Amino acid sequence: MLASEYRDTIARRNFTFVVIFIVLFFPLIQTVEFYPWVLFGEKNLKITIDFLSTFYPPNLTNTFLLKVFESSLQTVAIATVGLFFALLIGIPSALLITTALSVSEFENRKPVLPYFFRYLIRALLILLRSIPEIVWALIFVRVVGLGPTAGILAIALTYGGMLGKVYAEILESGDNPPGKYAMQIGCSRLQVLMYFLIPQNLLELLSYTVYRWECAIRSTVIMGFVGAGGLGFQLESSLKMFAGDEVLTILFAFIGLVWLSDYFSKSVRKSLT
Amino acid sequence: MGSVLLKNYCQRVVTPKGNTKTILNGIDLGVSQGEQVAIVGSSGAGKTTLLKALIFSSKPSSGQIFFNGQNPWLSSSVVRHKHRRLVSFVPQEPSFPLRQSVYNAVLAGCLPTTNLLTSLVSLIYPKNVDAVTEVLHKFQLSDKIANRVDQLSGGERQRVSLARALISEASFWTIDEPLSGLDPKLADTVIKTLRDHAKQKKITFVCTLHQVEFALRYFPRVVGIKEGNLAFDLPVERVTPSLLEDTYERHKNC
Repeated sequence: MLASEYRDTIARRNFTFVVIFIVLFFPLIQTVEFYPWVLFGEKNLKITIDFLSTFYPPNLTNTFLLKVFESSLQTVAIATVGLFFALLIGIPSALLITTALSVSEFENRKPVLPYFFRYLIRALLILLRSIPEIVWALIFVRVVGLGPTAGILAIALTYGGMLGKVYAEILESGDNPPGKYAMQIGCSRLQVLMYFLIPQNLLELLSYTVYRWECAIRSTVIMGFVGAGGLGFQLESSLKMFAGDEVLTILFAFIGLVWLSDYFSKSVRKSLT
Repeated sequence: MGSVLLKNYCQRVVTPKGNTKTILNGIDLGVSQGEQVAIVGSSGAGKTTLLKALIFSSKPSSGQIFFNGQNPWLSSSVVRHKHRRLVSFVPQEPSFPLRQSVYNAVLAGCLPTTNLLTSLVSLIYPKNVDAVTEVLHKFQLSDKIANRVDQLSGGERQRVSLARALISEASFWTIDEPLSGLDPKLADTVIKTLRDHAKQKKITFVCTLHQVEFALRYFPRVVGIKEGNLAFDLPVERVTPSLLEDTYERHKNC
């Protein structure tokens, strides 16, 4: 074949997509009424500056620091326990829906019943995670009252749905030759999982889990606003009272928490490589 | 037990563009217990697909296969998967989970005949270390048992991958290009080791080979494929150079 006859068909398609994206992007901004300059309107600017000026210096009195520390601990505890229960939902459902552990998928057959079963569990996971944790928290605050229980249940349900889906997809990721080899020589599915899929994907599974833990800490903060305990609860009362110095201290606590989870995630990954 | 028979076996795939491509076109091939067969042919002729057909990796588009006298595609999927324990397959590209130890990688070869509990325990308390060392020794790798697989060279990985077949209790070996990535001297040792082990244990041994000279030197029976068809299937003494040349000839317009 001559060089002049060669056409990169994919390049043309990709180019078209980029053009369509750009053409659609600006009208979309119009539609959602995104007007950032409102921030800098004279009246708004004054309010902002007034509020922000109360931030400094941060409130570092011992009693308040102790309070923030306690709520930080509670936030971490809610996130951790919530994620633990999320794992109880996520791991079994991931094993049920992943095609990496399916013999029929390996044989390239598409039997109807297992497909339907997997789809059913997938739908359940979609249901769990399509309702945001804050909505779950609002519901559970009505049911079990104010406090950490509502937050834990909310994290468990939403994150269970996410973990199940993503774990399954991580196990299926790539062409997965080790798993195919294991299927070919007749390993049982649990052996395939323990000797091939988990060693192959361990890092990814772990770092996704730790990342989700970090996300859980952040959403616990938000859920505090609706009364599900933790730092967010503290932040809400400080905001209500326009206590800017307290808000700043709490924001520092947030940054500290996220930094901590980032450090934790890094060291876990390091110890594994 | 390890005999297999293909009758008018066809394998077709649908390409991403929606065309149907025939990879195996009506193959009739029988391999009996304890036989050693080399499959030769140019790249893309269908060697690997034929090898995978023998071990019922995927369903034929048409035609039949009998493994130990039974058609696995008429059995339930549970029974069929159990039959796979009799088979050891070594893919052309050695593939191990990242960061796995050589010990675990080799041990994986005998997982199918190990019960679940024992196999889980040996992840923590290594068992069968002697057996693993022995097969590694045969491939001059016994000093690498504690290494991680990703620290090995390409040729070493290839041999670890082959060691899995040696340690398995399978009675039917299908090995895809065992010698790619090995220097000629090592290739010699490796193929002899495999052949002798198979002979001693009466294992049926089918292997695709790119290097025709190895096929002619070490295998009593050679099968040639060309564009999905059986070009020849003869005892090695009757394979002539012109026959081989014909098998490797390509279409002029490619």
